[in-house]
Amino acid sequence: MSENAIAPREVVIVGGGPAAHRLADALHSRDDERAVHVTVVSEEPHLPYDRVALSKRLDGTTDLTLEPTSVWDDDHVSLLLGERAESIDLEAGTVTTASGRAIGWDDLVFATGSSAPVPEIPGSELAKVYRTIDDVDWLVAEVDRLAVALGRPARVLVAGGGLLGLEAAGGLARRGADAAVVHSGSWLMSAQLDEGAGRALGRIISSQGIALHLGTRPRAIESDESGAVTRVVFSSGQSADVDIMIFAIGISPRDELAAAVGLELGPRGGVAIGTDCRSSHPRVWAIGEVASFDGRCTGLVAPANAMAEVVADRLLGGAAEFTTVDDATKLKLSGVDVASFGDALARTEHALEIVYADPARGLYQKLVMTDDAKTLLGGIFVGDASPYASLRPLLGSELSNEPAAYLSAAGMEPPAGDELPAEALVCACNNVAAGTVRDWVNGVHGDACTDLGELKACSRAGTQCGSCVPLVKKILESELSKSGIAVSRALCEHFALSRQELFESVRVTGLTSFDEIIGRFGTGRGCDVCKPVVGSILASQNDGYILDGGRGTLQDTNDRAMANMQKDGTYSVVPRIPGGEITPEKLGVIAAVATEYGLYTKITGGQRIDMFGARLDQLPEIWRRLVDAGFESGQAYGKALRNVKSCVGSTWCRYGVQDAVGMAVELELRYRGLRAPHKFKFGVSGCARECAEARGKDVGIIATEKGWNMYVGGNGGFQPAHAQLLVSDLDDETLIKYIDRYMMYYIRTADRLQRTARWMEEIEGGLEHVYDVVVNDSLGLADELEAAMAKHIDGYEDEWAATLADPERLRRFRSFVNAPNTPDPSVARVMERGQARPARADEVASERVVLSGPRIPIRGE
Amino acid sequence: MNAPTALAEHEAIVTDVGAPGASTTGPSSTDSMTSVWEPACAVADLEPSWGEAALLRARQIALFLVSGEEIYAVSHQDPHTDAPVMARGIVGSRGERPTVASPLHKEVYDLATGECFTNPALVLQTFRTRVVGGMIEVELPL
Repeated sequence: MSENAIAPREVVIVGGGPAAHRLADALHSRDDERAVHVTVVSEEPHLPYDRVALSKRLDGTTDLTLEPTSVWDDDHVSLLLGERAESIDLEAGTVTTASGRAIGWDDLVFATGSSAPVPEIPGSELAKVYRTIDDVDWLVAEVDRLAVALGRPARVLVAGGGLLGLEAAGGLARRGADAAVVHSGSWLMSAQLDEGAGRALGRIISSQGIALHLGTRPRAIESDESGAVTRVVFSSGQSADVDIMIFAIGISPRDELAAAVGLELGPRGGVAIGTDCRSSHPRVWAIGEVASFDGRCTGLVAPANAMAEVVADRLLGGAAEFTTVDDATKLKLSGVDVASFGDALARTEHALEIVYADPARGLYQKLVMTDDAKTLLGGIFVGDASPYASLRPLLGSELSNEPAAYLSAAGMEPPAGDELPAEALVCACNNVAAGTVRDWVNGVHGDACTDLGELKACSRAGTQCGSCVPLVKKILESELSKSGIAVSRALCEHFALSRQELFESVRVTGLTSFDEIIGRFGTGRGCDVCKPVVGSILASQNDGYILDGGRGTLQDTNDRAMANMQKDGTYSVVPRIPGGEITPEKLGVIAAVATEYGLYTKITGGQRIDMFGARLDQLPEIWRRLVDAGFESGQAYGKALRNVKSCVGSTWCRYGVQDAVGMAVELELRYRGLRAPHKFKFGVSGCARECAEARGKDVGIIATEKGWNMYVGGNGGFQPAHAQLLVSDLDDETLIKYIDRYMMYYIRTADRLQRTARWMEEIEGGLEHVYDVVVNDSLGLADELEAAMAKHIDGYEDEWAATLADPERLRRFRSFVNAPNTPDPSVARVMERGQARPARADEVASERVVLSGPRIPIRGE
Repeated sequence: MNAPTALAEHEAIVTDVGAPGASTTGPSSTDSMTSVWEPACAVADLEPSWGEAALLRARQIALFLVSGEEIYAVSHQDPHTDAPVMARGIVGSRGERPTVASPLHKEVYDLATGECFTNPALVLQTFRTRVVGGMIEVELPL
């Protein structure tokens, strides 16, 4: 408790990284009595950001700002950006910044982090590091600049084959650089992996085109007259041609301010702390990479968060303790699966190592067990890290099965039934235990969190590195089924199957009618949930006119009329405008039709034109005009491809590097009419400026000098998501092949109404799994997926042209079964800003309605 | 199946779908002075489970042929929004009861009683139907 109940205690945090953010946030959320005022002094100009995710910034200008940012708006928290702390006065209790500002404190917390060391070798002043957003932004700009200036990819050498170095090299390679790694150890990640695992990893990294120089280190950096790096000489005597030299060989704690005032330092630097995270001065604390615990500093986010929580607790009068450093690591590189945890190198006496290695498949999995083979001490996974998320929390506990059974690479199903103890750590980054996750699911802390997104937000589990998300999901499902909440993935009361299961069942049996399908796989008469699902599955698999053969009765509201129902029961009409490209003549047709039928027109978000207010019985006449003029259905009503948005691309734009419109038109015509679990949209941008906002789309394509980068899983809507990079620099043919596979895999496996972003979140293995399926054909499905897409493309016909060609089909659009030529008398319109809109109830009552029926002239207001 | 039972004596009435204001008007107490059987269309005009609107005595009525001669008539007006759309809803079942879902916001109604499963405050007006000589007739209050 605060000693002074009136004036809040002043806490100054020096440093503005993730540890500082976590501490400020913890104080902000726990300090109910407003006993503490926090000042964060950060030398960087950015809001505290997620340094762990720095490599994402190599793939584009990702916003890494740490959430929640609301903490910075609190009047009990002051954030000083671009202010470097210069000196400390322990006696007076002040910090003085470079601008001469003195800030008083009752408690001082060091969260200064570390710097990236560069060894003293000839030419080291030319070397760069990989540490901050500014470092990464510079690298990105330089790699792009050199590629243009040199007419070839920039050659980048990264010193350091640890987590950071590999992420940097991988990200740069994805950006098109010619990346190489030099590492002093005999194998990669030698601090975390044993030799077998390190070599397996080396094979994977090499196969991505990244050259490896192992067992050696840079001895000199050579440059030309202009000061540009040209070559790096290694201690082995060999050398490599290099344009950019980056050091990522470790961290050195920023302890200079602490050292200056005589605080006790650790044996290898850093502010020495005890389990209370206090330094040798009772009012000075240290957290994160600058804190030396048990004689060493740790460059991982999990211990930093744990220390921040301890200090927050202590500052508010608690007695929390920081006990152990969880060294578990998982490498986040696309196409590479690496994880290690616990006593990975089997240093425990008599430890047993159970290893499964398959060099041909690039797999290496190992569990480290006590000598009786019962208790889990640690493990390593390379090539397939799927067991990691569920095994890491079992660290130190007895496994209920033979250890080998947990190694997925051996082809076994992981045994079920290992109920995690409540204290087992599920999310190491945010220190969330299994029991805590369960409590959130069961509503102990308020409303029960019954979906994954909600659970992540409330418990914070899985919100940092994301590696535990599959486990969090598993806990969610097992808790829900325990409490009787149906996690059953059943569609509805009529089908016990999930959409995916039903899709496969229909595909295998080849059934084509709802009655047969429900007779075989379900019960009852169906409902508004399962009928549209079956309608969509049949449309995805068979094409064919969607309203024929009894399938009309399965269609959801909009599909039923092949138009979008509006609030008053009238419809809007959206013709396809591929890529947003349209001739003036066609614009004229839209204008004439809208004028004739008194339709309200609006430009959509998808570069199309929407015409509102058509009655059901008017749809055929309107479409007759449009089809005759060369338009076709835009499927704005379908769970199908909506549009492919594009910028104008290299055709006109002085920055464009590829023909974005041409590609967009090609894609839109290829995938038009394809029905899916939910609607989907594409975007194509002609250069990295990304004017088409392609990364907000299910498939986003961004031009590079060498081809196309393919992004997947983007989403606007109420839970927006940025698409993630799947593959870089594809030629047209490969791009289309990968989109075929990606979309078909999604259509086959997603849940009902699950868009690609959520699907990728939920699917086991996430982006890496999808990459494997699409690029490496890990499931052997590629041919089948491509064939299914080819079948759709061959079978495509414009639904509206098909409707108009058949009088039987046109009957579906009659206004009344007994009076097909009588228009709905209840349609009422009011003029607003020069166009007709539906009348509100009060306007109908006051007879302000000015228009009803198709060609009734408007009565002026 | 919601098999008609109480109306066995009316040979022409194939399906009882309950009467408006079911609390006061029992199925068999229809008063010929206050209601009229209005022909709508032929059974053959309807496709099973595909609802259609009919204009009867200036009222918009939604007709559903569920199977065989099981036919329901309800108000075409969506009780939640007043929009004339109910005939365009998806037909199905809940347990043994026949349902239609509003195409606008997906409230689910019992086709026979008009009761709303998803929002008890809403009621869909229902009308009795019968088939006479292949024609569907709907009983409308005068």
